[in-house]
Amino acid sequence: MFSLLNIRIGFYLAVRQLRRASRWTTSLIVFVMLLTFLNLVVVTGILVGLIEGINESYRTQYAGDVIISALSTKEYIEDTSGVLAFLGTVPQVTRLTKRYQAGGTIEANYLTRTSETEKPNATGAQVVGIDPSAEDAFTGLASHIIEGQYLAEGDYDQILVGNFLLARYAFGEQPGLTPLENVYPGTKVRLTVGGVTREVVVKGVVKSKIGELGMSVFIPASELRTIISRSDQNVAQIAVRLTPGSDPDAFKDLLLASGIGENARVQTFEDSIPNGVADIKTTFAMLGNGFSSIGLVVAAITIFIVIFINAITRRKFIGILKGIGISGEAIEISYVFQSLFYAVIGSLIGLFVLYGVLVPAVAAHPIDFPFSDGILVAPIDGTAVRIALLVLTTVIAGYLPSRMIVRKNTLDSILGRN
Amino acid sequence: MIDVKNLVKTFKDGPIETRVLKGIDFTAQDGEFVAVMGRSGAGKSTLLYQISLLDEPTSGEIRINGKEAHLMSEHEKMLFRLTEFGYVFQDYALLPELTALENVALPILMQGAARSAAEAKAADTLTRVGLSTRLDNLPSQLSGGEQQRVSVSRAIAHTPDVLFADEPTANLDRESSARVMDIFRELHTAGQTIIMVTHEDEYAREADRVVTLDDGRIISTPALKQGGLA
Repeated sequence: MFSLLNIRIGFYLAVRQLRRASRWTTSLIVFVMLLTFLNLVVVTGILVGLIEGINESYRTQYAGDVIISALSTKEYIEDTSGVLAFLGTVPQVTRLTKRYQAGGTIEANYLTRTSETEKPNATGAQVVGIDPSAEDAFTGLASHIIEGQYLAEGDYDQILVGNFLLARYAFGEQPGLTPLENVYPGTKVRLTVGGVTREVVVKGVVKSKIGELGMSVFIPASELRTIISRSDQNVAQIAVRLTPGSDPDAFKDLLLASGIGENARVQTFEDSIPNGVADIKTTFAMLGNGFSSIGLVVAAITIFIVIFINAITRRKFIGILKGIGISGEAIEISYVFQSLFYAVIGSLIGLFVLYGVLVPAVAAHPIDFPFSDGILVAPIDGTAVRIALLVLTTVIAGYLPSRMIVRKNTLDSILGRN
Repeated sequence: MIDVKNLVKTFKDGPIETRVLKGIDFTAQDGEFVAVMGRSGAGKSTLLYQISLLDEPTSGEIRINGKEAHLMSEHEKMLFRLTEFGYVFQDYALLPELTALENVALPILMQGAARSAAEAKAADTLTRVGLSTRLDNLPSQLSGGEQQRVSVSRAIAHTPDVLFADEPTANLDRESSARVMDIFRELHTAGQTIIMVTHEDEYAREADRVVTLDDGRIISTPALKQGGLA
């Protein structure tokens, strides 16, 4: 049926039909294919990218490539100096930051409360002791200051407050979280950590879409050690950034093989992301595929209609072709080639738009979702699968109507009889 | 040689049956030029479509060069039409997106010829009919007479056994009609078997024999002396 001769003749006819078809009609059909391609890739890409944006923010603003934290039974990493010494010998490590952590509360209205029965405007928070310059070099924390100023090394009794802790930025009161009212840079607040209370000044407000920043209080590490009476240099967390292209899993294995796992928990940034996020990503991918499938069906119907109208209006010529001995299969193949042309050209233009324009543009200017800086995720293999799907669907959609018309009686077609 | 025995063709339109051919016996010898005439509705074109294997008779036998054409499969008929027959239709029937050269080359390509060989043969045939300067023109850029000459070229380029023509001059002016008939005369002189449906006595006189149909039956089939009616 699909002999080489039929394919040759089909191609011969298709080229000439396309060459002499209306350029506007051809452009419109290719445009439909382009939109279908983008729908197939971009809808899923944005939905997955919404979550991937969270992951990427988590990696760049908090966890790095590998995060080493205290064991669940400990408050700090024992033999932190040994861990740091080992990390210093590994060439893949480009940068790291050390953090002390403790649970605490912040009270905002302690100066203005007139009655003991009045509810304190207080909230729980993770208090993070940092080396300001090292932390900024690692996460760019200073660039997330939206009010006030960033911490400096010699700062004393000054803190940074995450935006979700403040009423004007928070999503409202939730169990265990009462956003602070009327807290601005320069406002005095009461910080209580480990039973020790100290009056501090809010130096700046940190804005981030990831909870580890937005719901934390940052204080110079030296001051937090003083508050919690720690003189040792053991920290609660070490975030590590690796050279580009390094495999975080391999690095994790290296650390575990060195025995670090006995004193600390070693995770890649993907390991440290809460499970729910991965599930959401999978769910969004499924949703995206479902939505874009609708577009694929629409495109298939469009091609079907275009080819059907083309074939039905050319029914007489199809009859003549068969009459003079051109095989029906060759005629069908000519329509398949035309459908293939529309799909392939539309996909090629789509590839250029996707990787030449959209992906870099969204990477440079992420979509500002409330809880994520969304990016466009378009892996090459996934895109290739979608192109194959589009081409296959279009070819079938072009073959079916042509077969319907070609199979009609030859003489009836020539004479225009039903 | 074409040999038709007791050919019947009935058309059904729901409960209505119309018997267009009512038992036709017909023969055409190799190299013979046969004109088929009759008033409108007599069954001329229907007879042509049956013996040229474009349609399927209700009953009867059609033998072409000894082969039982009425028993052939659709694929065999297609191959027969491609290699043994040539067709000239009343309204030229050229593909609008193919040039004159491409229209003529297409059946030759379908026979498996290389593109260069097919186009060379097509160009040669178009030159024989006086269209050497119109090879790259689309049908829309040709006059009616030129289009019909392209149609004739397509029909004869692969040197068919039989040339079927259904009212080839019906849509042409006198000059163009004359040119087409000149070509048919030359082909006949060269030994081409031609079966032509026509309304025009003037062109029927070119034939060796005129077959006249009326109400689905052959009512006369006199042989003509060369150049005139018997």
